[in-house]
Amino acid sequence: MLAVVKEGIGVDSVNATGRRGVHQNVVVSFRTFAAITGSGFRRYATYRQATFAGAFTNTVFGFLRCYVLLAVADATAQGLAGGYDRAQLATFVWVGQGLLAVVLLWGWTELADRIRTGDVAGDLLRPVNPVLSYLATDIGRAGHATLTRFIPPVVTGLIFFDMYLPRRWVTAPLFVVSIVLAVLACFACRYLVNASAYWLHDVRGPMIAWTLGSGVLAGLYFPLRFLPDWATLALWVGTPFPSLLQTPLDVVVERDPPVVQAGLVALQAVWVVLLLAACDRVQRRAERKLVIQGG
Amino acid sequence: MVDLRPYAALFRGQARSLTSYRASFALELSTNVFATVMDVLTVLVLFRISRTLGSFTFHEALLMVGLSSCAFATADLAVGNIERIKLYVRTGLLDAVLIRPLGALPQLLLMDLPLRKLSRCVFGTGVLVVAAVTAGIDWTPGRVLLVVIAPLAGAVFFSAIFVVSATVSFWWVETGEIGSAFTYGGRDFTSYPITVYGGWFRRLFAYGMGFAFVAYYPALAILGRADPLGLPGWVGYAAPSVAVVAAVTAGAVWRVGIRHYRSTGS
Repeated sequence: MLAVVKEGIGVDSVNATGRRGVHQNVVVSFRTFAAITGSGFRRYATYRQATFAGAFTNTVFGFLRCYVLLAVADATAQGLAGGYDRAQLATFVWVGQGLLAVVLLWGWTELADRIRTGDVAGDLLRPVNPVLSYLATDIGRAGHATLTRFIPPVVTGLIFFDMYLPRRWVTAPLFVVSIVLAVLACFACRYLVNASAYWLHDVRGPMIAWTLGSGVLAGLYFPLRFLPDWATLALWVGTPFPSLLQTPLDVVVERDPPVVQAGLVALQAVWVVLLLAACDRVQRRAERKLVIQGG
Repeated sequence: MVDLRPYAALFRGQARSLTSYRASFALELSTNVFATVMDVLTVLVLFRISRTLGSFTFHEALLMVGLSSCAFATADLAVGNIERIKLYVRTGLLDAVLIRPLGALPQLLLMDLPLRKLSRCVFGTGVLVVAAVTAGIDWTPGRVLLVVIAPLAGAVFFSAIFVVSATVSFWWVETGEIGSAFTYGGRDFTSYPITVYGGWFRRLFAYGMGFAFVAYYPALAILGRADPLGLPGWVGYAAPSVAVVAAVTAGAVWRVGIRHYRSTGS
């Protein structure tokens, strides 16, 4: 069997991103979104062994990265590396090891797998926009990760290292907003990488590029301020990567004055809007050409 | 005498499948190298900020990076795919492997040899050669021998770590990621002088698990530098024996693990 999903086929097209004739009830769509988010949370709550293993590994890498960055700071003249002191570097590393799992930088191939196997047809038949539906699941996953994967490394860091604790009240709300934006931005990036499967079928190439690029460019291996100023600026403005990790981390260690903190979060918001718009556009394009193969 | 022909056939099958997708293989070869390139770039960026790291200069640290990445890339090429064992356990493929009259471990390794990782080995060796040439080493026959043997011993050592980490899957299928803390974590640990790490964490990784003998102590012996931590100079030459101990231990753990294995199939 060969089914061609096209926008506008049939009278009452319920093609996922197609325009709907009837005005949708906002309350109903909110409830749908919340229900999918809840199921995303519950789904990840069942992977208990994997959650433990992930938190353990993040914690070991926390020790490795923290010691290395502290050694860098110790070897500089003023004890400052890239403008961070020792305590700020410790917070940067340990909060980063926790956030890594919350934004889920790596390892999400669900959409690409479903496109390759043709299961994505099921997603397209539902009267929910696939971008929104995957986003809802991802928010549920991020909520679960905040409880199970964020806290263990941060607590370990607090026990074994002198960590910098925020001093301004404005940092707390900015940090929370920044994390939410980072989750949205990272989801959108992953969605775009996965969606390349609509055209390529085999996404190993884009996936490898993403895995290698995102870690180093998001500030996981070293704070991006270690790079020359022009490179840091170009990355921040020209790519979404710093918005995935570096921005929330710079906010929480109060690397910059409050105005700059807020500016970085605003830049994150711009990237989220652009990326989610790109996801929607890519999804619409893909549906117009998608050919589900198999019987 | 063990008949090696079946293993050779498995390997030839792998090599043949690569030649039938040449473009794909070429692409994977070139993208794979970037993982190792990123590790080396990270070290370069850190040395942009500070002149020394754990009281070692850039050239001295680069020798450790070279030894570590060369050893890790070789082990990853030869044995790294054992990580996939949790997939084999879950899908039941391991049952098929076990009923064949061949060794389970060599079969698993040869069934899916990631030749695309060859490029990382070449790059790692390149870094080692550059480091050895630029570090201003006073070469003696012993040091020449060590600079050749140390990466091989390191590769055996990392292979042992890969096998032990994978064996965990026989008990807990979904905890494969714990292994990464010691395989990839071990690679990160050995890329820097162990003087940067503190207290019990250093003792555990460096001496408890033996990671200090992959790059740090061989590099000290090659450079002719005294150990700031106080061990004598000949310790670097002990790297091969540490690797042998690790390999024997890994073999024993693997045998216990595979005896423990119970099929997940119904």
